Amino acid sequence: MVKDVQDRSIDPASLEMLALAGKAGIETAWDRFERQQPQCGFGELGLCCRNCNMGPCRIDPFGEGPSKGVCGATADIIVARNLLRSIAAGAAAHSDHGRGVAHTFRLMSEGRAPSYQVKDKAKLERLMKEYNVESQIALAEAIMAEFGKQEGPIQFTRRAPAKRIELWRKLGIDPRGIDREIVEIMHRTHMGVDNDYVHLILQGLRASLADGWGGSMIATELQDVMFGTPSPTFSEANLGVLEPNKINIIIHGHEPLLSEMIVAAASDPEMVELAKKQGAVGINVSGMCCTGNEVLMRHGVPVAGNFLQQELAVATGAVEAMVVDIQCIMPALGTLAGCFHTKFISTSPKAKFPGATHMEFHEETALETAKEIVKTAILNYQNRNPSKLHIPDIKTKCMVGFSVEAIVGALGGTLDPLLGAIKSGAIRGIGAVVGCNNPKVQHDFGHLNLVKELIKNNVLVVTTGCNALACAKAGLLLPEAADLAGDGLKGVCKALGVPPVLHMGSCVDISRILVAAAAIANALGVDISDLPAAGAAPEWMSEKAVSIGAYVVGSGVFTVLGTVPPVLGSQAVAELLTAGAKGVVGASFAVEPDPFKAASLMIEHIDSQRRKLGL
Amino acid sequence: MKEVFVRLDRCMGCKSCEMACAVEHSVSKSLFNAVCERPSPVRRVYVEMAEGQKVPLVCRHCEDAPCVAVCRTGAMSQDPITGIVDRDEERCVGCWMCAMICPYGVIGRHKEVRIAVKCDRCRDLDVPACVRACPTGTLIYATQGEFVEMMRREAAAKIARGAKSLAKA
Repeated sequence: MVKDVQDRSIDPASLEMLALAGKAGIETAWDRFERQQPQCGFGELGLCCRNCNMGPCRIDPFGEGPSKGVCGATADIIVARNLLRSIAAGAAAHSDHGRGVAHTFRLMSEGRAPSYQVKDKAKLERLMKEYNVESQIALAEAIMAEFGKQEGPIQFTRRAPAKRIELWRKLGIDPRGIDREIVEIMHRTHMGVDNDYVHLILQGLRASLADGWGGSMIATELQDVMFGTPSPTFSEANLGVLEPNKINIIIHGHEPLLSEMIVAAASDPEMVELAKKQGAVGINVSGMCCTGNEVLMRHGVPVAGNFLQQELAVATGAVEAMVVDIQCIMPALGTLAGCFHTKFISTSPKAKFPGATHMEFHEETALETAKEIVKTAILNYQNRNPSKLHIPDIKTKCMVGFSVEAIVGALGGTLDPLLGAIKSGAIRGIGAVVGCNNPKVQHDFGHLNLVKELIKNNVLVVTTGCNALACAKAGLLLPEAADLAGDGLKGVCKALGVPPVLHMGSCVDISRILVAAAAIANALGVDISDLPAAGAAPEWMSEKAVSIGAYVVGSGVFTVLGTVPPVLGSQAVAELLTAGAKGVVGASFAVEPDPFKAASLMIEHIDSQRRKLGL
Repeated sequence: MKEVFVRLDRCMGCKSCEMACAVEHSVSKSLFNAVCERPSPVRRVYVEMAEGQKVPLVCRHCEDAPCVAVCRTGAMSQDPITGIVDRDEERCVGCWMCAMICPYGVIGRHKEVRIAVKCDRCRDLDVPACVRACPTGTLIYATQGEFVEMMRREAAAKIARGAKSLAKA
């Protein structure tokens, strides 16, 4: 799609770095994307099956060549199986993150992880009540057991409205155990098992629900217990948060388990002293992607950018250490870091990278490892090459930290003012805009235009992940951004002193949006599928996003995708996802690459929901 | 004149050329829309398997092309300057004389419409869609002179490397 560097992004800091990268011959994801053109049409349509070694098989989408794989699998079967495997991978990624957090929580509860403490006691007590247990250790055991459960239900799914739970039961998609549903996808998509595309997709929904209302929600809730439930705070976003005279450490990936410790270690006086001895004026920790979102939400740690900016951050030549954990970390960083003084440090026992220094992190010794990492970064400062230093002087203030608890707090302790504003029409509805970056879309173009259109039309936007960071960079997370909103939404925001776009966290924190949706539906006495709400992922790319899309639709929210999922090779599957699903789970997908048209689809949906509710 | 050349040893059998060809000859010229079009878009290039080798076959646009010679309606014609053999959709009656005489079997038909379909070397494009889509450089769009020069260079490099390693040994 992109030939001209100016067409790659609409973010000025990224454009500045891309121009510099072009001149310096630094390769980025956009260059590699171009080198991949044209991409395989069978893959784009989901028509290639590699699940057994009679294959690989492909179906000719034009009906001239083979219409069946060696086993007899049709396009419908192959497309559905491929989609399911994406959901399994995405649900596995979120849920394994959740498992890691639950594991840490258990170690902490047993007194074996001294670096961690309970920061939100009230939430801990609420969770113990919800699980009907008497002690913290019992809660840890009960939550760990959700992963290996053979029969459901998963406790947090019971936060959904009763009507929704009943529907899941009726459809046979009320998830049993988190790991079980993922394993069952891998079983069912093995050669010669489940070959009914509708039956397959129902299992996909079940596994995805185990992610959204299971693995992801566990991650969010226990992170809140250990690191604090986010509350509104101010920070800054974009590459300009890197500082020329400080030790710059970027924490990138998804888990806050280590990054929380890095943040703590970096403020240790001993470390600050060491930094000064090396000639720096201090230590500057900034975030990237969802690890960034986690520490941004809880501590106001500035964030250097979203997914497609990870290479650009290294290219500033200002980064002493790029510290990564899991997910969305480009293996390209190894080679790139080699062109600069930047130390690329991998920390997860699950994720190693070529060209990285591996400093493995374990919960028992978390703070010590974090200090070692910070020290490595500090000692690397002397290797910085001033001639390669280029930090764009571009950053934007943002207001973040809108957990469900914080939103209720901002409303004065009850959802009523929000419900009142929705009923009066001041707020037309709620739009959840989430997801990644993808070089198939001009960087941030899909995110920002969709969000701006929604708020202009009085749709309150809740956001997480790389969309939230795009909004942060563009100033949409400031209370002043209410001036860009329609009169109704603007009035509500001004009265409450909140932005029209509420940053709810990282991608596992989409579970917060589920909790909010369930609470609003319960307050109105309806199902989630009755709400004047819609979701969107304008620039999605990862398998996690496929799982998210599935659980959001499976929870009853109409969702618009900005990049085409690999399902168009089967008209039956495409039809089921974009139309038939509405009659089954009360919501469906739409695909619309144009963010302005996507906004219209969401607004039309919200309006029709309002009419049905008699609003 | 540039032509489509094939470097047989490079073909992975991915059929990207077939897919790109069908899309280029669709109404919308976009994959996601083309899969819904009727009549279905048709490819003009074929990846065959023979003797354990994957072989992409595409019209050679032969001199004195036999398909042109046998066409009784004048649908098949050869441009005297470019040498490109094309067929006129209006004139084709689907008698398949061309398909019978073509030594490469690269004259196909529409699934839904009885007319012959063959490579027109993508008249609207600078580089034919199949060549642009090929991820391994199996298909090369070049003049015969350029192509053989490239082959000679590759052969020369191979010989030189062989000689060097022999000298070292």
